[in-house]
Amino acid sequence: MNTTIMLFLVQDGITNGAIYALLGLALVLVFAVTRVILIPQGEFVTFGALTYATLSAGNMPGTAQLAVAMGVVAFGLDLFGGRRSLHLRLVARAFAINILLPVAIYALTYWFAGKNTPIAVNIALSLLIVAAIGLFLYRLVFQPLAHTSVLVLLIASVGAHLALQGLGLVFFGAEGQRGPTISDAAFMVGPLRFTGQSIAVYAITIAFIVGLWLFFGLTLYGKALRATAVNRLGARLVGIRTTLSGQIAFLLASVIGALSGILIVPITTLYYDTGFLIGLKGFIAAIIGGLVSYPLTAVAALVVGTVEAFSSFYASNFKEVIVFTLILPVLVLRSLAAPEVEEEKD
Amino acid sequence: MTQRLLPISIFAALMAVIPLIPGMPPFWIVLLNNIGLAALVAMGLVLLTGVGGLTSFGQAAFCGFGAYTTAVLSTAYGMSPWLTLPLSLLVSGGAAVFLGLVTVRLSGHYLPLGTIAWGIGLFYLFSKLEFLGRNDGITGIPPLSIGTLKMLDAGTIYYAIWIAVLICALLSMNLLDSRTGRAIRALRRGHIAAEAFGVQTPRAKLLVFIYAAVLAGLSGWLYAHFQRAANPTPFGAHAGIEYLFIAVVGGAGYVWGAVLGAGIVVILKEILQSYLPLLFRGEGQLETIVFGILLVLLLQLAPTGVWPWLMSRLPFKPARKRPDTSLTLPARDRPAAAPGALLKIDNARKQFGGVIAVNNVSFDVQPREIVALIGPNGAGKSTTFNLITGVLTATGGTISMQGRNIDNAPPQEVVKLGIARTFQHVKLVPDMSVLENVAIGAHLRGHAGAISSMLRLDRADEAKLLAEAARQIERVGLIDQIDQPAGSLSLGQQRIVEIARALCVDPTLLLLDEPAAGLRHMEKQRLAALLRQLRDGGMSVLLVEHDMGFVMDLADRIVVLDFGTKIAEGTPDAIKTNPDVIKAYLGAVA
Repeated sequence: MNTTIMLFLVQDGITNGAIYALLGLALVLVFAVTRVILIPQGEFVTFGALTYATLSAGNMPGTAQLAVAMGVVAFGLDLFGGRRSLHLRLVARAFAINILLPVAIYALTYWFAGKNTPIAVNIALSLLIVAAIGLFLYRLVFQPLAHTSVLVLLIASVGAHLALQGLGLVFFGAEGQRGPTISDAAFMVGPLRFTGQSIAVYAITIAFIVGLWLFFGLTLYGKALRATAVNRLGARLVGIRTTLSGQIAFLLASVIGALSGILIVPITTLYYDTGFLIGLKGFIAAIIGGLVSYPLTAVAALVVGTVEAFSSFYASNFKEVIVFTLILPVLVLRSLAAPEVEEEKD
Repeated sequence: MTQRLLPISIFAALMAVIPLIPGMPPFWIVLLNNIGLAALVAMGLVLLTGVGGLTSFGQAAFCGFGAYTTAVLSTAYGMSPWLTLPLSLLVSGGAAVFLGLVTVRLSGHYLPLGTIAWGIGLFYLFSKLEFLGRNDGITGIPPLSIGTLKMLDAGTIYYAIWIAVLICALLSMNLLDSRTGRAIRALRRGHIAAEAFGVQTPRAKLLVFIYAAVLAGLSGWLYAHFQRAANPTPFGAHAGIEYLFIAVVGGAGYVWGAVLGAGIVVILKEILQSYLPLLFRGEGQLETIVFGILLVLLLQLAPTGVWPWLMSRLPFKPARKRPDTSLTLPARDRPAAAPGALLKIDNARKQFGGVIAVNNVSFDVQPREIVALIGPNGAGKSTTFNLITGVLTATGGTISMQGRNIDNAPPQEVVKLGIARTFQHVKLVPDMSVLENVAIGAHLRGHAGAISSMLRLDRADEAKLLAEAARQIERVGLIDQIDQPAGSLSLGQQRIVEIARALCVDPTLLLLDEPAAGLRHMEKQRLAALLRQLRDGGMSVLLVEHDMGFVMDLADRIVVLDFGTKIAEGTPDAIKTNPDVIKAYLGAVA
């Protein structure tokens, strides 16, 4: 085999792997805090990417309306949930978060859409919109189910994925889209060409890995989030607001997802349903990391990306088959190594 | 006609008449066929997920195995569809064996995640393989035929599909109502309790996994001959999710919930697909949006599904038959009574990382003796129990029962030697009746397997098991609660149910972990009388208990642990005055 080809494939694999690593990290984060296996992570990716692409094309993305609609329902739920003790402060707070915030984002988007806005503004708007959707997704779907089993949460997660993917088709249509690159700079190292885009992918991935590691290891908030994951009741008894923990986790996950999408949409064409597959590859990395370890997840994601790059070169027809069966040997190893832990489940 | 079969026969007659109604739109028959096909897959999921607690998003792939097997064999090799039926089932079952060996040992969420991954992997495999026709699939599959009757239209294959549904529903119900079924139903509540009574939990999981896959394979086989074509789309990840949705809608723990759920979902989908585009701009998969939202709402509002809700509204309740207690089980095979101690623990040690939970503890239990293991919280009492019963493996030392070494033996082997136990935290299946819970204790004394249970050839065996269970329930004084769900009893009564379950083993040594906790004074006295009676009948009892009055009154000998170390051993009177014991309990010399 040709060394240059191999280097190209490794480079390609690492760029893809970095994206999977970001998604894998988000999945680990959400699972560790809320026990939700976040299948809609893929939708955060497509929503982020396609919102960015739509904005760049000068159009108004439908996701901004979705954020408002979800906010209205969330406001209704908040009022209904607190109907026995409706203080003015509570109502005002709920109104600010659920109505004012998405409406403000919508207004901003409306204001900027169609004008020749700089890339940074489009990115910021896309992140804001998807972050709001992520926040409300937790409020609407998972917060009412927070006390149930991992299994129920997983099925709900699948339901949310179906609904969001269907909405993605309505908002963005069936055609694929591409977005403008963040940076057109490029330089050569030997035979390899590094673009500003791929450097941005590496830098952001590393920044997030380090950031999450510091956040969970060193800050009080990070520790509170971890405590929520281990024992919700116990966490509440020591004064941790478990709802807030869930919201933070979803906020982070949606921002990470949207950012991954924005990073890859200049490199590959994304369709409304591409996110599901991309998210699942992040999953494979997360599973290899045992849904707990950030560094292991990142390494596994690089492996997944590299395997994908090589199999798309040598057996492009069976690329997906190979990537998804990668999980089987991992599961075998896990099942052999897994300690027999008794779970109280229902 | 028994009471059990009457509603099923009425349902079967009703289904048989439907296609004969004049003016029945053929489209409705197609819809009913789709319902039947989905119900078959969902029925497997009911057993796998609702009953066994193992979630699979990948059942659609097993349908694919069934459909493609018959598609290839009947088109490329011209085999008769009836010959390909067993092969289709074999291929889907075989795939389940392979994937099951890989995945069912995984706990919790790894299994569903694994199933999503291989579901998608297999979908891509179906759509890329040349001999499966890639994305176009295989067309021109011959119809099913009996003699000269070719099942070409929806109205004739309708009977094949619904006969399959009815037969599978009967087989599934028979399986659940049997020795193997109880083992499967116990899986959902964790494996420790089931294993303590000899259930091979990995085997039970694999069994139900294969069963679900074979039902899905059957559905795929029928689908291929109904559509006369097979392509990858209906076997993808979304179809797998939809089957799970059907099972949850219907009521994941109920065989007929699968049929009901399939009816609701298939019809709903049809309505959504035909009316939603009229309501909104006609763009795209609007039904998946509604579908996803409905799934979430359902989980939030009615997580148990429609079938149990419907059943609880029935004006009449089916009466349960009391087991005939005149039947007896043969006693457990016991080795010839060896002289000396029954149970001997020699320098047993258990370390969890740096914590020494049990520190070189030695003591024994003689035949016909009640020994109490006491000590403050965290003294290592329950850990000692777990070492004896094989739930934990000892770090060092030996444990032997009647001279046979049992350290490192798995729980299923330990119980065979006649050691039965109860748990500090009650481990019953709350939605199973007291009788069924107790019958799990007699698991090893029955012999009927899954196949004979499905075909109802296990009735003689089963009647004896239930009779034994009923006898033990009567013995512990809970005969009035025999048909109640175990979860509805008070905690104290649940502990007594655990004792009855342990007695079903026909044990020589009974290990009781805090049996008197939560009991009232009179109940404690009755329990003490029962334990004395058991001892006088030749059984030995080792118990952990915090109620000192109860222990001092009952035990022949007492072993005291503190911080994992044995600090005293002797008769109740000697223990009461032992200065070390007083210090351990009261903190200083009182």
